[in-house]
Amino acid sequence: MSATDQHQAIHQAIDAVWRIESPRLIAALTRITRDVGLAEDLAQEALVAALEQWPQSGVPDKPGAWLMATAKHRALDHFRRNTLLDRKHAELGRHYEALEQTVPDFDTPLDDTIGDDLLRLVFISCHPILSPEARVALTLRLLGGLSTDEIARAFLAPESTVAQRIVRAKRTLSDAHVPFEIPRGAEFTARLASVLQVIYLVFNEGYTATQGDDWLRPALCDDALRLGRILAELVPDEPEVHALAALMEIQASRAHARTDSAGNAILLLDQDRALWDQLLIRRGLAALERVESLHGSNGPYALQAAIASCHARARTAAETNWLRIASLYETLAQVSPSPVVELNRAVAVAMAFGPAAGLERVDALVAEPSLRNYHLLPAVRADLLSKLGRIEEARAELSRAASLTGNTRERDLLLARAAQLK
Amino acid sequence: MRFMVIVKATKESEKEGALPDSQLLAEMGKFNEELLKAGVVLAMDGLQPSVKGARVKFSGKSRTVIDGPFAETKELIAGFWIWRLNSLDEAIEWVKRCPNPHGGESEIEIRQVFEMEDFAPILSQEEIQKKVNARADLIGQVEK
Repeated sequence: MSATDQHQAIHQAIDAVWRIESPRLIAALTRITRDVGLAEDLAQEALVAALEQWPQSGVPDKPGAWLMATAKHRALDHFRRNTLLDRKHAELGRHYEALEQTVPDFDTPLDDTIGDDLLRLVFISCHPILSPEARVALTLRLLGGLSTDEIARAFLAPESTVAQRIVRAKRTLSDAHVPFEIPRGAEFTARLASVLQVIYLVFNEGYTATQGDDWLRPALCDDALRLGRILAELVPDEPEVHALAALMEIQASRAHARTDSAGNAILLLDQDRALWDQLLIRRGLAALERVESLHGSNGPYALQAAIASCHARARTAAETNWLRIASLYETLAQVSPSPVVELNRAVAVAMAFGPAAGLERVDALVAEPSLRNYHLLPAVRADLLSKLGRIEEARAELSRAASLTGNTRERDLLLARAAQLK
Repeated sequence: MRFMVIVKATKESEKEGALPDSQLLAEMGKFNEELLKAGVVLAMDGLQPSVKGARVKFSGKSRTVIDGPFAETKELIAGFWIWRLNSLDEAIEWVKRCPNPHGGESEIEIRQVFEMEDFAPILSQEEIQKKVNARADLIGQVEK
């Protein structure tokens, strides 16, 4: 191996160690310093030290412990320096107190608290005091181990914007003295909902990215899945956590069937089911069983996962249990009502009870202001109208749908369909 | 990317009725918990000794069944994981953290799993044929 190869090999090893260690390193350091921004800086300093030293010394036997010890030394230096420089400053005085209190903490065995620390880090990253964009960026950065550049590319945003967002988020948390804790009682439920929302947002960002985009966008699905799986281990008694995991596993199982090699979208019922990932489906169904055993089948994620599981269980599109899907949508419409849920419900009703029953429901949505510019409403309506033989109306709805979509490929498809109607 | 991480068998693990000792089991349990908490594991299982298995040998059109146990212990598999990670280096780092699976001399092999993308050159032509005339049914488009 040449010197350059060796150099590269060690850098790849450090990168791997960093991916494994950084979340718990940052989590443990946040517990010690009570400042997530400072914790990340210290972890970064430890990484820089590793990049300087490991090429000469080799990767240590316990790289995680090495990084932690290095970061702790930096933490002590930091507190000492600050307290010596400005003893009177109240802010730093508090740091000094924190130092006094936390020094013994440096030696507590890490293993016992790692899970709790990670969970605290999840909750602080998804804190409602932050904007949804900031929650996403901070979560991917601190827990997903993504660099600012990677997050920027994944969200098609300039790197400086994302960097700013992260800096501001950390400052906000610090200024508001947001405690590094696992919330309790009613607050736990509300805060957990925010965590789930952030993870699902990341997943959908990746899921809606089409082929030809930067590969980092679809990779967001994997990041979200990983976060979902981690969360399921950290809070194993919460049914909605398993439900979100189930939903994402099942949706991700269709990743390879969703587009053709030219990048065109293939609709669910037209997908080649042999391309669905059976391992992910099994994982999703197992997670859904956990939801049921925890009596959480009526949660919003649980219902969506159950709907997804109906498709996953059907060997062919024709075998789909539309009656069950329609009934699940009915419950979902009660639990978390929205016009889009109603539209989905109308489609399921049409499949279960025929196009006339479906059309009745879709017609009831036409006046809905939030769907006024939603191209799928006239598209679905057109489909049902054509099945009922009302061709002229269907054609008009297809043109309307075409005029509403911003996607050229989709517009061409809709116009082609309009032309084919007889 | 996905990796199959294979724990090779030993004479001990191949003994009939062999069960790992309780301390090792506890250490492995802890390692697995770490893996799970890192969201890395897609699947994992341990295998019974080869005495409970069989082989089917192929030669042209003939099939010959050979019952276990099998002699070449080192080539046998005692257990496996499927992990999802970003690099082979990450898989190596994780394996280095694994307790010695058999106490004495052991080996763990890391193999990358084929992904759909790896087959893209073979599939594309056939797929294009199949999808080009795909029915443009708009129902289901609302569904993701």
